[in-house]
Formats: sequence, structure tokens, C-alpha cells
Amino acid sequence: MVGITSYGAYIPWYRLNRNIIYSAMGWLNPATLTPGEKAVANYDEDSITMAVAAAIDCLNGLDRGKIDGLYFATTTSPYRERQNAGIIAAALDLRPDIRTSDFSDSIKAGTGALLSAYDAVKAGSVKSVIVCASDCRLGKPGSAQEEIHGDGAAALLFGDSGVIASLEGAYSLSHDFMDHWRAAEDRFDRSWEDRWIRDVGYNEFTSEAISGLLKKYSLNTKDFAKVVYPCLYTRAHADIGRKLGFERGQLQEHMFATVGNTGAAYPSMMLVAALEDAKPGDKILVASYGNGADAVFFQVTQEIEKARERRGIKKHLASKKDLASYERFIASREVLTIETGGRGEETAATSASTLWRHRRAIEALVGSRCKRCGTRQYPPQRICVKPDCGAIDEMEAYRFSDKQGHIIGYTGDSLAFSINPPQMYAMVDFEGGGRSWFDLSDCDLDSLKVGMPVEMSFRRKYHDAARGVYGYFWKAMPIRA
Amino acid sequence: MVGITSYGAYIPRYRINRNTIYSAMGWLNPATLMPGEKAVANCDEDNISMAVAASLDCLNGLEREKIEGLYLATTTSPYRERQAAGIVATALDLRPEIRTADFTDSIKAGTTALLAACDAIKGGSAKRVIACAADSRLGKAGSAQEEIYGDGAAALLLGDSGVIATLEGSYSVSYDFTDHWRGEEDKFDRTWEDRWIRDVGYTKFIPEAISGLLKKYELSIKDFAKVVYPALYVREHAAIGKGLGADPGQIQQQMLATVGDSGVASPLMMLVAALEDAKPGDKILLASYGNGSDAMFFQVTQEIDKVRDRRGIKGHLALKRELTSYEKYAAFRGTIPIEKGIRGDEIAFTQLSNLWRERRAVLALYGSKCKRCGTPQYPPQRICVRPDCGAIDEMEDYRFSDKKGHLFTYTGDSLAFSTSPPAIYGMIDFEGGGRYNFDLTDCDLDSIKVGMPVEMSFRRKYADPARGIYGYFWKAVPVQA
Amino acid sequence: MAEGIKDKVAIIGMGCTRFGEAWDKSADDLMIESSMECMEDAGLEKKDIDAAWWGCCFPMGGLSGLPLSMLLKLPFIPVTHVENFCATGTEALRAASYAVAAGVYDIALAIGVEKCKDTGYGGLPDFGGMMGGTSRWDMPNATAPGLFAIMATSYFAKYGLSPEEGKRTLAKIAVKSHHNGTLNPKAHMRREITVDEAMNAPIVAWPLGLYDCCGVSDGSAAAIVVRAEDAKKYRPDPVYIKSFNIAISSGEEKMYTDWDYAHVETTVRAAAKAYKEAGITNPRKEISMMETHDCFSITELTEYEDLGISPRGRAKEDVDAGFFNLDGQIPNQPDGGLKCFGHPIGASGLRMIYEMYKQLQGKAGPRQIKNPKIGLTHNMGGFPPMNVIGISILGL
Repeated sequence: MVGITSYGAYIPWYRLNRNIIYSAMGWLNPATLTPGEKAVANYDEDSITMAVAAAIDCLNGLDRGKIDGLYFATTTSPYRERQNAGIIAAALDLRPDIRTSDFSDSIKAGTGALLSAYDAVKAGSVKSVIVCASDCRLGKPGSAQEEIHGDGAAALLFGDSGVIASLEGAYSLSHDFMDHWRAAEDRFDRSWEDRWIRDVGYNEFTSEAISGLLKKYSLNTKDFAKVVYPCLYTRAHADIGRKLGFERGQLQEHMFATVGNTGAAYPSMMLVAALEDAKPGDKILVASYGNGADAVFFQVTQEIEKARERRGIKKHLASKKDLASYERFIASREVLTIETGGRGEETAATSASTLWRHRRAIEALVGSRCKRCGTRQYPPQRICVKPDCGAIDEMEAYRFSDKQGHIIGYTGDSLAFSINPPQMYAMVDFEGGGRSWFDLSDCDLDSLKVGMPVEMSFRRKYHDAARGVYGYFWKAMPIRA
Repeated sequence: MVGITSYGAYIPRYRINRNTIYSAMGWLNPATLMPGEKAVANCDEDNISMAVAASLDCLNGLEREKIEGLYLATTTSPYRERQAAGIVATALDLRPEIRTADFTDSIKAGTTALLAACDAIKGGSAKRVIACAADSRLGKAGSAQEEIYGDGAAALLLGDSGVIATLEGSYSVSYDFTDHWRGEEDKFDRTWEDRWIRDVGYTKFIPEAISGLLKKYELSIKDFAKVVYPALYVREHAAIGKGLGADPGQIQQQMLATVGDSGVASPLMMLVAALEDAKPGDKILLASYGNGSDAMFFQVTQEIDKVRDRRGIKGHLALKRELTSYEKYAAFRGTIPIEKGIRGDEIAFTQLSNLWRERRAVLALYGSKCKRCGTPQYPPQRICVRPDCGAIDEMEDYRFSDKKGHLFTYTGDSLAFSTSPPAIYGMIDFEGGGRYNFDLTDCDLDSIKVGMPVEMSFRRKYADPARGIYGYFWKAVPVQA
Repeated sequence: MAEGIKDKVAIIGMGCTRFGEAWDKSADDLMIESSMECMEDAGLEKKDIDAAWWGCCFPMGGLSGLPLSMLLKLPFIPVTHVENFCATGTEALRAASYAVAAGVYDIALAIGVEKCKDTGYGGLPDFGGMMGGTSRWDMPNATAPGLFAIMATSYFAKYGLSPEEGKRTLAKIAVKSHHNGTLNPKAHMRREITVDEAMNAPIVAWPLGLYDCCGVSDGSAAAIVVRAEDAKKYRPDPVYIKSFNIAISSGEEKMYTDWDYAHVETTVRAAAKAYKEAGITNPRKEISMMETHDCFSITELTEYEDLGISPRGRAKEDVDAGFFNLDGQIPNQPDGGLKCFGHPIGASGLRMIYEMYKQLQGKAGPRQIKNPKIGLTHNMGGFPPMNVIGISILGL
């Protein structure tokens, strides 16, 4: 039996009410107003960091050493060369002898990656593959996309034991349907007329893929506890389900008014939400949309009850902070050129060879633990830092990224340049030992206190536009959910 | 038994001698001089058009309807949203009920796509999947990359019957090794120091993957007729093989001096070259390089002799024309802006709903054939074009893209804008009937004659940078082999 | 058996430029000014100098000894570049002192300089990649005020001070230094401020406001040292070195969890050794005056405890009582301190010693302290968890 063995999700902390966008930019296209809010990645988040966060949620309590592959689906990878899946795998501290791949260039890439992960396990190539889907797409100021596109990620672990939802069948459809597109040199999506996308693409392909699957496996709409497919238009979303013969209660809630359209991550995030409520025996049908569609169906097993301890969609949805300023939103996405001052423009070169030597320390936040005295220390030391120990070269690797800690002192620094000032950072003591200083993110200065617990999150540390480098490191943040 | 059932390759016709680049740009970095030549995509070629060409070579004489998936690996897709695999599948006239995916962001993506295609078959998801890889990477003017990077593509059809080389095993390593990178807003690759890439990455990961494979399957390097891995450096390419204990004769000839480093396509192109010479019973070991390495091995079967009718690497290597001007090369690759004149700047909007309706006619070169009189006609007609027939709505689909034709008449137009003037176009009469006017490419005005045989090639027809659109259509190319 | 440096070396000449935003002066101009004043004060010429050490933390004008030797046209003598963060100036003098004490040279020059105001933005140059190694990634996006501000949040938390109480104490420290600065013509800032102004100033790095932070300045200071037995040949009132001590973090503050981020351990360690070397047993009673490293007000507050002047956690009481005011029992920062004299990194250590030198000679003008016997300078480079402390004790 091959299928999903664990799931996780990530929704950024910030939400932007669409009214705020509309208040700022509605003058340009008065017809764009869309109800609800959308999830917005913080300035230090991107498709990579969100994928890491979803994967951490998915791998909660699981042995990362047993994962044989990582597939990453996105249309917004920061790098076109330097495999983004490899960065995610490094951040998760996975073994190096694994298979990694980026699936891209279409919002159906999330289900494509999921199917390939299933194939790899089913074919016996690997035992366990984690599939991360994440997207962080931009819309031009004043466009409908700007209101609709939300940010988020999902992660699904595939394997052949402890399966919580077995993959039972799939049916795919590929069309070079150019409903929206983004050229390699473009930052923003462009799209053809909405009515055409809706009537000729979205309605048709989603329905066709689902019908094709039902026919191929001789199934009936009534067989499914939930049907999951992304929402591009709320009314059309409901119509598709109705016309296929699904009851309203069978349609998985689409989060269009809470998170927005998260592109390649969208179907997988909805699937995670469906799994959160699924009962053993349930059948779940998932269809993606984008240059065609992939339809897949799962059968939920008894094991589902063992994989409940996830933040998933529900807890991430509940943990949120309003972003009250449109300008902060566009500044955080580098859509608005803001005054950084001379200090903000100081960007030291990134030494690739230094990063490579210290990759586990930097990318996976692995420090060391003294085998003689047990002291945890970061960054990794060769000579034990404990004053009365001082053992030399008696260290073992010790991962801090999955440890919680607490703040022993902090500041909000207005001299340092930050897109989200003041720049907050703190000295953090980890539970179990170990100390270092970290930037803080996803919090307000007012809410910080000495002694407050924090957890670690993989974030974009800097963007060196002149050298085409995105630097990543771990930051501390108040514990979410 | 799962493995390769057919292969194909594509190398663009143009070659530039590295001396030509060096003569133009050597003043900047005198140490860059490299021997040999490299393959250069024509001004109307890109990764998509080359993938189509390699796939056409691979599918020569095969039934396209039976293909159930197309995976495209590339790092140079012109679109970030609009799946390249979907465009290739449409151009190849594959069924829409197939699975398509873009594998990207790393030059090892080609081997990963190959592994995922084998998984899909082995896992029972599909019977036949075509995996193609194409790249057309740029180096900055005066960089070593500008001399090293070449353009090309390969395609491998994977299936479970008629297998010419069975996939017997694989072993992967993934490292976030930032030897070279390209940020999402960048056009050109950037690299860290060559000596580091060579000593810490290139000469380490390939041996690590190959040794891992040998150990996993208890094999010796001597068991292989050919060992295939890409060349970044001539001397180290030989040294890797030697270090692994392979005889020089076992190492597949690298193509740095004839094609260049074709990125994602490189290992697959070399595999095609190895298959061209393979004998039944041969074992072939393939390893990629890039953010780690995928290693895999194949066992050649008796069926290999049935698949000889390909242009493959050998045929394409022999078909060449020298590009003697560096500036023309730079203009082809869009690295220098050229004066297009007012006429050249006139770009009509691409009507996407129109393209969608006519997708088979435009992208797959479908016309119609009158069921009453048998006349093939392009574009598809509802009323038969034959004067003495005129049947209405009695047409069946008729594919012209795989038909040869001959040049009925032509011109070289110096008034029309072309990046490779004069713009050559003419009237083509297809064998079996049908006539239409097409652009001609990969030819010189001098060499064209009325009546000469031509074949069809999928090309980039125009680029509309203001709207982020690349338009594709078919052009006629004089048949040379 | 090591004997220490006490009474083996004397300072016979010093010079110091005015500190401030010297938009019209280069580091070269500043070094010429301080060295000329210094040589004139000592009654010596360049040809008399046997060796020189120049301290500069951000040597924008180049590395090695060349920027100094070529500037002053020193006669083919050894010149060494010294750098130890903000303790660079003290290090330069320490090296020169040890060289004459060892009997290798008779006369040695120490000079410190920094041209901070050529970066185009406020504060010190960005740390970005300067901290070396993997700091590009694993150092927070921090500035100096922020890394010291963390000490304020943890100090307040540890000793139960509300932000209001804590900031009021810090404000008093700034008010005192501003007053002293008005009495010093060479000081960068020469304006009185009030406690309310200091408490309500714009926040630079919470909880530190503008007046909790020292000035970022350009400036240079220099000293000439000889062996103690030769000192009186040059002048009647040489100032003698009683102790030099440097302590540098071992990593345990930053990586081991015992340290509280509410004091500076290196100061404690360096002070203990310095008092021993100088023969001081009760610093609160024996020290006449101090120049401590008040890059930030919180730094000065914790230093009172770390130097053993105030009991642990109770420096606030001494601050409230005016113990460190110019008319207090141990005046601190009589020249205005880093806070108001300014902080050109490489020059600050020598600037502190310059003030002690002038005070001990009774030449400090309107800010002259009555009959000082022992002066202490405390010069800190780096951040609370990883730093260099240089302490000097000087006397007649």
C-alpha cells in the first residue's frame, strides 16, 4: 500500500484584508474588489522558507534520516539554477544520498510532484519521499491577481508503511492552455480574460479530470467523503461541484477568502485540510488546475488517527496578524522600491565555499554536543565551550532547528536596516542547553519579553540583488499555535 | 522490464568556434580561451523548440497516441508559468489525457526526470512516458561560461515493452552546492571559483554517486561497456573515470569541444551517443552532475538494433554550419540589443483564446483532409479547397508536422525584419498533398533551390517582451540528412 | 616570574585632536594633528622615535604600518598596525609600553585614529561580512546599539527594574557625561541635556534611546612612552603606568548558558588582574577617577559593578547618589566620555588615557578633579558576549 504517511502545512502569520488593497489600488480597476483576506508571506519568507516550514510540520516526531527523496513544486523558486529542493533538503537536515527535484512552471506542478513521489515509492525506487508545494506569486498593483494570490505551503510524506491515505488512482490532462503566464524575465503574472479562463479552462478541465477519474475507476461522486479542487472563482467553484453531482458538504472548503489562491500549493493545502477532518474509510478526491489538471484519489486508513499532531491548516489559519498597510505589503514583496539608506545597501559578498563548508551549521542549524560533558553549543565547536570541560574534538552533531528556546535578552534595533523595522533580535537559550543570538521574526516589539519561549524558523536572511543571491538562515520566533 | 524504448537527440545547426568568441571578447578575460567549437541555437530556437526536435527524432516512426506522459527537464524555460512540457506535448500532438511536468532549477534535472518517468511506468501509473531535456544557457560576454555552454537536447522514450535498455538501478546524492547559480531575475549564470567547483564538487559528487551505485548493486566499474557523465572540465572528466578504475575506452566521449556543456541535456545527450554504439548485453552507467548527482545503470537488450533510424548525436553532429560572427551569435541569444527598425518593433498582440481554439493547427501543424476527395489542406478547412470537390464539413484531421515537402518557390526578403536577414520564406508543397507558405530557417539564401526537399521544424516565431510572450510555429528546413 | 608593568614605563607626551564629525579632515590630517601635539608635549622630534604602533579598526587608508610611516615620514623604523576592535588604542599603547619596558627601544610612539564619518550613514560601518567566518548568515542583522540594548533588557529583567526605572537610571548617566562634555573644548558634543530629554529621545535600539548612545566621531590621539627611570629627563611631571590588562571572551558567554547577559565577564576578569598588578585592594576607596567605555549608557552602568566599584545589581544607587559626577567620589568620564567626547574607534583607548594624563598633571582646566592620585581607563571592543577589554591604571 502506497500513499500519504504524514501531512503538514504552512500559512504565513500575516493576513491582508483585500479591502486594504482595494482602498489603496481600487481607483485603478474598480471591479477588482474580492471579499475576505489573504495570507501574505513576511518579507523574509519565500517559497523555499514556506516549504521548509510545512515540511517541519509534516515531519513532526518522525525520523528524518529515513527520508529518501524530496520533491518541491512551485512556480516561484528564487533560483533558476541551484536546486531549490536541495536547499529545502539541506534545511531539513535530510541525508545527502537522496533524490531531489524541482517541479515547476505550472500551478498543477504540486500534483505532478505528488504523483511522481507516489510512482517512486510504488516502483520501489525509494521508501519514503516528501513532497513540498509552495508558492508566493505576485500580482501587479491594481490587478485582480494582487487580491487573489495568497501565500502558503503544504507538505505530504509518501511511503509504503504507516499509510494514512493510500493513493488509489489518478487521471491527468495536459493542455497548453495559456490562461495566465509569466515569462522567465517577468515578475508578475499576466492573464487572459477571466470569463474565458472560467468557462473554457477552469470549469472544463477540472470537471473533465474528475469525470475522467470517476470513469476510469468506475466510481461515483457519492463514493467520496470530500472532493478537493482549487478555487479560482468562488461561484464557479461551487458550480463545478454541483454539476458533477457532488453535495455541498462534499466540497472541501477552499480558503479563497482566508488564504487566497496559493498556486502550486493550493490543492495540496486543501488536501491537508481535508485530511485533518478525515475519518478512516473516507475516500478523498483531489484535482489540480493549471495547463490541464491532475485528478487523484485517496482512501483514508485507520492510521490517520496517529497523524493528528500537526499545525496543519487549522492551527495556521487561527494564528494570524493583520497587516494593516498596503505599502508594507508591497515593500515586503519588493514591489515598492523603498529607501534603505546606505546601511541597507551594504551587502557583503556571499562566499559559496564558506557556505558549503558550514552547510549543516548554517542551513540545518546543526551545532555540536560534547560527548564528554553533554554541553550543546552553537555554532559547532571543536573545543568544548564549557569552562571546566574543554574537551578537544569530542563533539557530535546536534540539531538546534527543531529545539525550542527562550529569550534571555532582546532588542528592537532602529539603526539596523530592516524592511520590517525595528530589526528585532535576541539571545536565545535552547531547552536542553545551547545559546546563540538570532534575528526575531513574525512578532512585534511590544509582545517580546525576557524569558518568553521561541521556536526556530528557516528564513530568508538577505537578498543580494546585485549578485543574484538569496541568503537563508534560521530566525527565532514566538511559538505559533 | 522497464527502460528506454527509443531515443533521440538534437543539436542546433549552428556552431561557433570558440576562437570567434575569444577574438571578440578575449580582451576582457584573456585566460578563457578554450579549444573547439560549441553548438548554438538559432535565433528562433530555445529549449522548447529543441526539446520538440529531439522528441521528434525519438518518436520517429512510433505511435504518438500511446504516449501517456511527457517530462521536460530544463533550466532555461522561457516561461515561469505556462508549462513548457505542455507546449512540447502539444507540438508533438500527444493526447491531452497525459501527465506532464517540468523538472527544473538544476542541471541534474534531466536524470531526475528520467528516473521519475521510469518510476511512473514501474509503479503502473503509465505505460509510456517521454523524458526530454533541453537547455540553452547564457554566459555573460567575456565569461568562461560563454565559451563553454552549448545548446542541445535529448529525448528518451521509456516504457515496458520493446525495451532497448532496461533501467536496472539508481543511486542519488543531493547537495545544496552553490557552484553556479542563477537568481530568478537573472539572465546569466554566475559561478564561484572554478578550482573549488572542480575539486570539491565536480570531481567528488560524480564519483560518490557512481561508487554508491556500484556498492548498492555490488557491481564493478569493469562491468560496464560505457560510463557516461557530463564534462565540465576536460582533464577532470578523464581523471574521474580513471579514479573510478575505468579504462579510457569505457568512458563515453564527452562533447565539450563539439557541442559544449549543454546543462540539463548534457548527460542525456551523452547517453544517446552511447546507445548509438551500444551492443546487446552492454551495461551502461549514467551519472549527472549538479547540486549532487543521480547515477543509474542500464542493460542493453537485443531490441537495440531495431532503433537505429535516428539522427541522434552522430547525425546532428555531422550537420553543421559555422557561425562566423560573434555579434550575430550575441544577437541570436539576445545578449546585445539590435536595431530592429520600426517594422521589427511592430508586434501584434497574441490572442490567446484564438490560439487555444486553433492550438492543433498552430502548435501541432494540423490541417485537414477531405474525406470525399482526399485532399490534404492547411490550415484546416471546413469547405474543401479542391475546386472540383468543395465538400462541406467532410474533413478529418491531418498532421503536416511530420510530412516532408519540397520548396515550390521562395524569396529572401530584406524589407521584413529578421534577426538573421534576409527573412527567407517560401511556398511548400507537402508530399501527399497540401500547400502553404512557411518561414524557412537553418539555411542560407544561396543554397536554396526551387524543388529542394524540406522538413518541418517547431520554432520560436516571435518574442513579445512587452507582453512576456513567446510565440511558436512551424518552419521549413531544407533536409540535409 | 612575571613582575607586571607597574612603574616601569612612563608617558612623557600626549596629543589628542578634537573629536567630532571632521568632514574636512582625513585620517591622515587627524594623525598629523595628534602626533604633532604629542611630540611637542614631549619635547621630541620624529627622529627621536625608535618604534611606533598605530591602531586603527577600519583602516580605510590601507593595512600594515605603511599608512603611518609614510604619512609622518618616520625614519625607517618599525611600525606595526594594531587592531582589537574598540580597544585598539589601548592595545597600541600597551605594545609600545612593553617594547620600552623590555629595553628593546628607548622611545616609542603609540597612535590611534579612526575616520568613522566616511560611510554615508549613521552608526559604525555595517558588520555585514566584517565579523568573518559564517557571520554572513549566523549573526543577526545587528548593529552595536542593538547588541548592547539586549544587555539592558536582560539587566532590567534580572534586577526587576521597570523599563521606566531602568531608562531613568541610564538617563542620569548620559546627563552627567553631557555636563562634563560642556567643559571640554575638544569634545564632540558640548550641550547639557536633561533626564526627561534623555528618557524621551527617539529609540535607537529598544530600550536604548539616542542619548544612551555615544557619538560616532572622527579623531586621533597619541602618546610617547619611555622607561620610568628615564622619564624625568624629558619632563618634570611624567605619568606612570601602574597596570595594563587585557581580557578577551572565551566563547562561554556567547555559547554557554551560565552567563546572564547582564554584565561583562571580561571586565570582571581584567579588573581583578589590573588591581593586583597595580596593588589596589579596595578600588572604591583607592581610585580617584575613571574613564570607562560608555559606548552605551547600559555599558557604563554594568561597568560600575564589573569594576567592583558598586555592589552587584546596585550601581543604580551610586548613579542616583551622584557618586560618579565630576564632584562625586569617583568622577567618571570627566572629559565627557565616549558619550560626548566621541568615539573614533581606534583612538578612544588613547583618548581616555589622555584625559587621565592631563588630570594627573593638573592640566584639565575647568573640569580639573581635585588632587587625583590614581586614574583607571576601561576600554571595551566588541559586544557583551564577545569582546576585548583593556584596562589601564595610571598614577603619579
